[in-house]
Amino acid sequence: MWSSPGRKVVTAWIVLSVIATPLVAAFLGPAFPPGNGSTQGTEQVFDNTVLTTTITPVVCLLLVFFAYVLTQHRHRGGALVDGPPLRDDPQVRVWWIVLTSATVLFLAGFGTYELLQNGSGGGQGPSPIAVPGGHKIPVQVIAQQWQFTYRYPTYGGLETPQLVLPADSYIELHVTSLDAIHSFWAYELGVKADANPGVDNVTFVQTKGPETFHVRCAELCGLWHGYMFNNGRVVPMAQFTAWVKAQQRNFAPVAQYLPKYSTTYFPDPQRRAG
Amino acid sequence: MRTATGSKLLGVLIGLAVAGVLIGLYVNKLTLDAGSPAYTVPVTTQGGHKVVDLQIETVAAVGPQFSPAHPDYVSYLVRDAQGAWLRRTVWRLPANATVHVTIYNFDSASGLRNPLYARPQGIDGNSFTLDGKPTDVIDPNDTSHTFAVPAYGLVVPLSGIPDSAKHPCGYAPCALSLDHRTITFTFHTGKQGHFRWQCFVPCAAGWIDGFGGPMQTIGYMDGFLDVV
Repeated sequence: MWSSPGRKVVTAWIVLSVIATPLVAAFLGPAFPPGNGSTQGTEQVFDNTVLTTTITPVVCLLLVFFAYVLTQHRHRGGALVDGPPLRDDPQVRVWWIVLTSATVLFLAGFGTYELLQNGSGGGQGPSPIAVPGGHKIPVQVIAQQWQFTYRYPTYGGLETPQLVLPADSYIELHVTSLDAIHSFWAYELGVKADANPGVDNVTFVQTKGPETFHVRCAELCGLWHGYMFNNGRVVPMAQFTAWVKAQQRNFAPVAQYLPKYSTTYFPDPQRRAG
Repeated sequence: MRTATGSKLLGVLIGLAVAGVLIGLYVNKLTLDAGSPAYTVPVTTQGGHKVVDLQIETVAAVGPQFSPAHPDYVSYLVRDAQGAWLRRTVWRLPANATVHVTIYNFDSASGLRNPLYARPQGIDGNSFTLDGKPTDVIDPNDTSHTFAVPAYGLVVPLSGIPDSAKHPCGYAPCALSLDHRTITFTFHTGKQGHFRWQCFVPCAAGWIDGFGGPMQTIGYMDGFLDVV
């Protein structure tokens, strides 16, 4: 069926894949980002592990073939001459089509299934498809040049510059912007959602135990984009409730000036702006 | 043959690595030097504690004296020990010090896009004085600018002069005899670092939604606290 070099390549590929694939699944995969800071984060680690494990044989084939070509088809001086003519091999062709199609279809199916499970921490737009059941605490993320602020509609529309979430809870995040396009990225929680002015981008996250996580803007948004970051916290429910009360007292003087809670905001044009 | 190729490959890799390091260092220097030169604010000591008196003013138009290329840019200025105003927005402050700030605002109101910033934060008592009167919030629509250091959680809204002010300042530097608001507050520096400050009011006249020009250029409405 195949020539001797072909058999050598296939044999080397299979041997390398059999060794590398379980190593990737067992050791490299669990170390993938974003970690286990939330249910979505854990699922993303699993997804990344599955995807990387799946492509490991593909990478092995490329490496083996690359090594074979480098060692067996080097130009070692003398006149350049044409190599042997290429010959079609129906079996190779069929196997190639079957294996690559199966791989791509599996990845497409797996990715779609995982996305539909609970959104995988990504922004789903104003009408989310993957809505988890059960009680969810809504929290609004408001981006502006160059800071995120957060509103808690179930706590009187409280707005603060800090993101604090209760542990072991489902959070329904509504991400929007007051000016340019930003992107809310809570790294350890596995949440990333674009913040567009006039758009309510909904995403969900299920917190686990207490932790500190990083919040960054992931969309180039102007001069201080690189400085648009801070830390968020997941705390026990009792601590969260106490924090809310403290914030309500702190921001009571400005409460009268905040707009009524809405999924989006359209601030009045500035008096002096162009 | 193989040795020559290997040497070339090694040379390319080393060249790429060196170029990467040099580019990184250059970008780092650009970041640290942005808005330079820094103005070192004089420090006094009270009871062994470092105290700084920082005086700044906000002006509607920085004027040709300070910015020939952009005389109409809105800007912050800082006052040096001799009383002269400088267009410097990188201020060198000591770490773990108390900073008493006085801001003279000669600009009129633009209004806040997010009313939350009408509430001062990150300063002593979360309260400042506005023309001598203790204040813990202002009408967001009366806000002219903010002085904000997000890393400190510090935000102070600056009330604007009325649109009907009879003696507004044209170009900086603005004399204190002209219409202005005086804001004072105190905050504390912590550990050493390079902390950006900014204005949260989109106050750049003539730019889309007020976000361009001086809002996007270090040296006017943005700068650093260089805490050493």
